[in-house]
Amino acid sequence: MKRRILVALLPLLASGAVVARAPYPQDPLHSPMWTAHAAAIFGDDPVRFDPRITLKYPAIAENQRSFPVVLDARGVAGVRRMVIFADLNPIPVAIDYRPSDSAAYIATRIKLDQRTPVRGAVQLADGQWLVSGGWIDAAGGGCSAPPLSRVRGDWAEHLGELRGEAWATGEAGTSRLRLMVRHPMDTGLVGNIPTYNIETVTITSATGAVLGELEMSAANSEDPALTVMPHAAPGETLTIAARDTNGRIYPASVVVPGMRAP
Amino acid sequence: MILSRRSMLGGMLAVGPASALDPRFTYHIAPVLVADGIWMIAGADEPILPGNGGAIANIAIVATPAGTVLVDCGPSLRYARALKAVAEGLTGKPVVRVFITHLHPDHGMGITAFDPAIVAALPGTISEMARDGRGFSDAMYRILGDWMRGTDLALPAISIASDHEAFGGRSLRLLALSGHSAADLALLDERTGLLIGGDLLFHHRAPSTPTADLAQWRKSLTALESLPHKGALPGHGPFDPSGTEAVAQTRDWIDWLETTLIDAVRSGLDMVEAGEIAIPERFSAMAAARYELQRSVSHLYPALENRLLPRVDKQAD
Repeated sequence: MKRRILVALLPLLASGAVVARAPYPQDPLHSPMWTAHAAAIFGDDPVRFDPRITLKYPAIAENQRSFPVVLDARGVAGVRRMVIFADLNPIPVAIDYRPSDSAAYIATRIKLDQRTPVRGAVQLADGQWLVSGGWIDAAGGGCSAPPLSRVRGDWAEHLGELRGEAWATGEAGTSRLRLMVRHPMDTGLVGNIPTYNIETVTITSATGAVLGELEMSAANSEDPALTVMPHAAPGETLTIAARDTNGRIYPASVVVPGMRAP
Repeated sequence: MILSRRSMLGGMLAVGPASALDPRFTYHIAPVLVADGIWMIAGADEPILPGNGGAIANIAIVATPAGTVLVDCGPSLRYARALKAVAEGLTGKPVVRVFITHLHPDHGMGITAFDPAIVAALPGTISEMARDGRGFSDAMYRILGDWMRGTDLALPAISIASDHEAFGGRSLRLLALSGHSAADLALLDERTGLLIGGDLLFHHRAPSTPTADLAQWRKSLTALESLPHKGALPGHGPFDPSGTEAVAQTRDWIDWLETTLIDAVRSGLDMVEAGEIAIPERFSAMAAARYELQRSVSHLYPALENRLLPRVDKQAD
């Protein structure tokens, strides 16, 4: 079965019993949480900071409820998992993505509860982790303010509405898929609103083969927006199933269009 | 000796007046005459940063027979006090009216230095300041720290209901517009024909869009274009003696911005990628262009995605 690191982190942090089982490299960001997160996410696997994977984000966190990040590891072969986490967020891990039959690329929008390191980590087939990231300055409260749809009161009217589109990319056999799901993505850190979020998204091909699957936490923005790059040819239908913490499934399908003449 | 809490507080209060004159937190207010009896104080063409104390917006001083009129008054109590002293020294008359062009804190948080009874804004601006003031205040204190000392929230007491106001023979036309925000005030000095555009006008400085409605903004620019005027004093960037360049630049940028972001959504770019799009050469002299593009992506992209990307859920009709 899948390792559920989103869940596995919580007891570890709560107990404070952080045991560095592997000597992790010194953190270039000097984060107070580096060793704890490394132990929870990487365990005994080898870890190094590597410029071949890039975590891209804007120069300013204009909206701490929704900060866009792109983790791009297309420069390395054999990527098995891609994790996006923010050291000082109360829910550190936002995304744990397995691009089983997709290019190693994922974009999302995360909440920032304060100034924090934001990192991308990529695990290769041989087990080693490559890490990248930087400090992001942010106003506080991204995780502890109620979602706007709860303030407006219309979240239930639009729950699970999915928008999206696919594009054929220049690379043969690779598509680009964008998906937006209307969901409050409640963190559980706002008074009287329990945790409620999309927790898995699975993308399958027309033949039912899994192209990519991801686990996501409430550290993703309200109405999460994802970009991935499944291996799919023009004309293929991508099937998407998102599931939230109430067990509700949100199905969708998107056709990769034919290549347009350049 | 162990200091009691009371004596410590007393000691801190005693330090207060001295730190108000702390040279590290002193604004340099340098008015430049731009028309007969009208001065502009240029804001820094930068984001709000500790290095500029938040003094990034242009401010206008208008000398009238009835007294000194200010258009906008800066980000903080310290700024507005210094502004008042400089303006009154310049004109020899007390400040009798402060117009606030729109809700943003770089233009209006200094009103705490004035009697609210002389501060005027559009009704929409007053309600927006009441709604967003606390959040703006938190953000300004977070970024600027001590520059903001003593700056409290205050609201203009005068809700503008007329299209002009006369100050002992000098009359200002008051134009209720919108687009940069839900309520944008522009002013025309009838004696000199000088247009004070507020943040409807940006000049050699990229427009900012946190509360923008681009279609309304275009309509307001059209209204300003057809309004006979001479020079234009923009909300940000240098004075525009032509009166037309700032209008044209602002329109060019918001048109480019909207087209570019629509293309970005249609071609499948994520927000990070949209913020990295090449900025055309013609905007190369525009300050803060990349910064404002990335902010605008944050402000405008989710609504464009919602509008342009089709529903794909299987239950959908």
